[in-house]
Amino acid sequence: MAKRIEASNVTSYYGSFKAIDSISMTVEPKSITALIGPSGCGKSTFLRSINRMHEVLPGARIEGRLTIDDQNIYDADVDVTAVRRMIGMVFQRPNPFPTMSIYENVVAGLKLNGVKKKSHLDDAAEASLRSANLWEEVKDRLGRPGAGLSGGQQQRLCIARTIAVEPQVVLMDEPCSALDPISTLAIEDLMFKLKDRFTIIIVTHNMQQAARVSDKTGFFSIDKTGDPGRLIEYDDTQKIFSNPTQKKTEDYITGRFG
Amino acid sequence: MGDNPSGSTNAPAGGPGVTGRHARAAGNGVSPSSYDEPPIGGGGALPKKARFSMETGFRGLSTSAGAMVLVIIVAIAIFLIAKAVPALRANTVNFFSYEQWFPNDAQPKFGIAAIAFGTVLSSVIALIVAVPIALGIALFLSHYAPKRLANPLGFSIDLLAAVPSVVFGLWGRDVFAQPVQDFSIWLNKYFSWIPLFGGDGPFGRSIMLGSLVLAIMVLPIIISLSREVFQQTPTANEEAALALGATKWEMIRTAVLPYGKPGVIAAVMLGLGRALGETIALAMTLGTVFNISFNLIQTGGNSIAANIANTFGEANDTGRGALIASGLVLFAITLVVNMAARAIIYRRREFRDAAA
Amino acid sequence: MSTMTQSDLPGVGMTPGNIRSKKLPLAMNLAVAVVAFGLAAAIVYGFGIGNWVLVVVLGWVLYLVGLLIAASRVEGRRAARNRAWRSLIYSACILAILPLASVVWTLISKGVQRLDGDFFNSSMNNIGARDPGGGAYHAIIGTIQQVGIATIIAVPLGVLGAIYLVEYGRGRFANTVRFFVDVMTGIPSIVAGLFILSFWVLIVSPWFNNGEPRFSGFAAALALSVLMLPTIVRSTEEMLRLVPGPLREGAYALGVPQWKTILKIVVPTALPGIVTGVMLAIARAAGETAPVLLVAGGAAAINFDPFNGNQSSLALFVYQQAGDASKYAPARAWTAALTLVAIVLILTIAAKMLARRNSLTR
Repeated sequence: MAKRIEASNVTSYYGSFKAIDSISMTVEPKSITALIGPSGCGKSTFLRSINRMHEVLPGARIEGRLTIDDQNIYDADVDVTAVRRMIGMVFQRPNPFPTMSIYENVVAGLKLNGVKKKSHLDDAAEASLRSANLWEEVKDRLGRPGAGLSGGQQQRLCIARTIAVEPQVVLMDEPCSALDPISTLAIEDLMFKLKDRFTIIIVTHNMQQAARVSDKTGFFSIDKTGDPGRLIEYDDTQKIFSNPTQKKTEDYITGRFG
Repeated sequence: MGDNPSGSTNAPAGGPGVTGRHARAAGNGVSPSSYDEPPIGGGGALPKKARFSMETGFRGLSTSAGAMVLVIIVAIAIFLIAKAVPALRANTVNFFSYEQWFPNDAQPKFGIAAIAFGTVLSSVIALIVAVPIALGIALFLSHYAPKRLANPLGFSIDLLAAVPSVVFGLWGRDVFAQPVQDFSIWLNKYFSWIPLFGGDGPFGRSIMLGSLVLAIMVLPIIISLSREVFQQTPTANEEAALALGATKWEMIRTAVLPYGKPGVIAAVMLGLGRALGETIALAMTLGTVFNISFNLIQTGGNSIAANIANTFGEANDTGRGALIASGLVLFAITLVVNMAARAIIYRRREFRDAAA
Repeated sequence: MSTMTQSDLPGVGMTPGNIRSKKLPLAMNLAVAVVAFGLAAAIVYGFGIGNWVLVVVLGWVLYLVGLLIAASRVEGRRAARNRAWRSLIYSACILAILPLASVVWTLISKGVQRLDGDFFNSSMNNIGARDPGGGAYHAIIGTIQQVGIATIIAVPLGVLGAIYLVEYGRGRFANTVRFFVDVMTGIPSIVAGLFILSFWVLIVSPWFNNGEPRFSGFAAALALSVLMLPTIVRSTEEMLRLVPGPLREGAYALGVPQWKTILKIVVPTALPGIVTGVMLAIARAAGETAPVLLVAGGAAAINFDPFNGNQSSLALFVYQQAGDASKYAPARAWTAALTLVAIVLILTIAAKMLARRNSLTR
């Protein structure tokens, strides 16, 4: 299921602005990788370039290679929708479809993929909601609007929606930044559970969170505003937080910078 | 932009902007011009609230201006009824079921059946033609066209919405009538077995011509309103759909269309309101025949508004009353349509505020 | 809790192992087009059922269908459907642009025929069916006077009404007013004309005219102001709401009474936006034909007095010339239409430019 991701010299532009500069990193299957760094350092840009979501913004383009199990997702003959089905994404703010019920939200991806049989959809919805630790809370009100849930529940609903299509990689772009501490813990628990099945990459501003959940951590930084973001250091989380090799990393995690 | 309020915006900060005529109003701590007056900040006992002041006067003035809208709506109904009733009394046939229009005869005979039917038929056909095309263009402008193309194109469409209907009527009659006639003859030749396209002619100034001109006229309105709602779709929802691996069209179907649905319905209703009330363009393109027929291509068709414009000139007292009575019916129809449209918009607004 | 039942469901594990896809090659696309139009031409001319227009239409339909089939084969159903919808949306654009472009083109090409000094300097007085001259001077006068008076009536009323809605209006009554302002926007212009006809022309004007009902430019202005009022209230209300609250509070804190705050601070701040709304309302009113026809009656001669006797207007002039049997009438109608559109568009564009420079809405 879960796949290895390899980025080599990924450089991304928005128009003439260079957002990130030759990022290279390898993410092992069934692991959690955290990307940390100050605001505007290109973490999210890099994350979005992994499932080609950055292309949604006008003027965005990319150089370099990004392979998933040795297939370059930026090859000319690659179907971008297939890439995104393979690499799911959870966003910063919970974004359930406002016009759909909880159930419809979860199965939205399946329906897009042509699954029509009610029993399949029901089974998949229950399985995904269970995996997202949300089933017990919503099983009696699956027909109610998804927007009526609390923020934390909405975010778990979005995770359920993402894993319902069985991606191989799940990208999370600061999934807890809009949530309270209890909901945050619930999501972190969930990440541990999902690690068995998915490769997870999470962008976070919260260093404690990175230290708690991730196996490996990448530290991004910029020299000054307007410069492209660079990957400063990428290593085991334990090493990054206890004994970083780079001065910049140390400054950042000890709070002397950023 | 000459007297842009640069001076006035300073006023609350106590700037020099408003010290001109009323030094007292400036409130910026200047001493009063005469030392006999008490200081602006007051002193001694607090002044009593005046029973009548500029404040209550201004409030009353603006409230009555607001109430004026209600007064006008009510007055429209009252005056139309007042002038319609004598004519309706004089009418010797059933106003609602009679199809012909002879209000100027000694024995006035008139009914709105045919013209009300024509009004609704031409508007409905116009919408059937215009709505899919308008939605396609709105989606093109909001989601397909590059910004460099979408902005000027959207601007031109807004401008077209401002073109007076008499111009569309003139165009429909002088230019568009010919191709529509050719098309009608062709339709009649091969599809006369469909009742809509039957008949022996003549073809030309038909319901089809009027409806198509109407369609072209309501197009800009529906486009610009639906474009606006499509553009308001939260990016987060569009990205959510794309991140699930949706194609562009699937993204539009899952995120954009459901979100925009109430807005689109309201836009269509407003377009319908406009089409129902359209006068001059139909007066110039319809064949003014008083009958109830679904035949679209034979010369004919009429509408309440067009009938008013066409027959007003030779109307006598009863004739005017009859036209006013038909206008009253039109007023009622458009009022219902508009109120429904507004109710939809209001509910949507509440829904959105609640979600935010 | 590792119930991954999805994997066991047939056809549900949709994650593709292969992310590569085939794209429909351009050559194939062109081939479909050639075949489609060839087939259409063969059908149409073979059976003799139409001309080149039908070939284009039928060819286009066949092309879209063919493309959908070909793309389904090569790219898969979802990509094909995506492609089909995109083609339909682009087709809708082309379909709509054709008539709209024709309107603009005819307007200009036919409108310049009589675009001469005579047109703007003479009326239709004593112009018979065989006289090529004549102009719209009287109609332009009428439009300016009627729209001017309508503006004088509608603007203060509309702005005050908006002030009520934003600054004072609370509760049910204000909501009712707001709702009916919106509803009033949709009142057909002919109904406004009938209203003024029954109220002013038939009931009030006889008082001033020895018991005889009298058409006048002023009546037309009243009808136009009924149409302008809701537009002005709505746009002004929107602008006033954009004025930041702290600006008001700053004035209140200095002890400035509310009415003075509104007149000296809130309204001036919103002024550019209000002017934009007023200009759009004027543009709409200038193009109205039906109310003028009903209550001003139309006239061939110049009448400078809006309170006395029939008047014409540019829009009404277009309508009446279009219905005139004279062979010179169409040219006059088109030139008047061009003039009218020019006035309306200049107002609209100026209003939108002003809106674009408005610091409140940006």
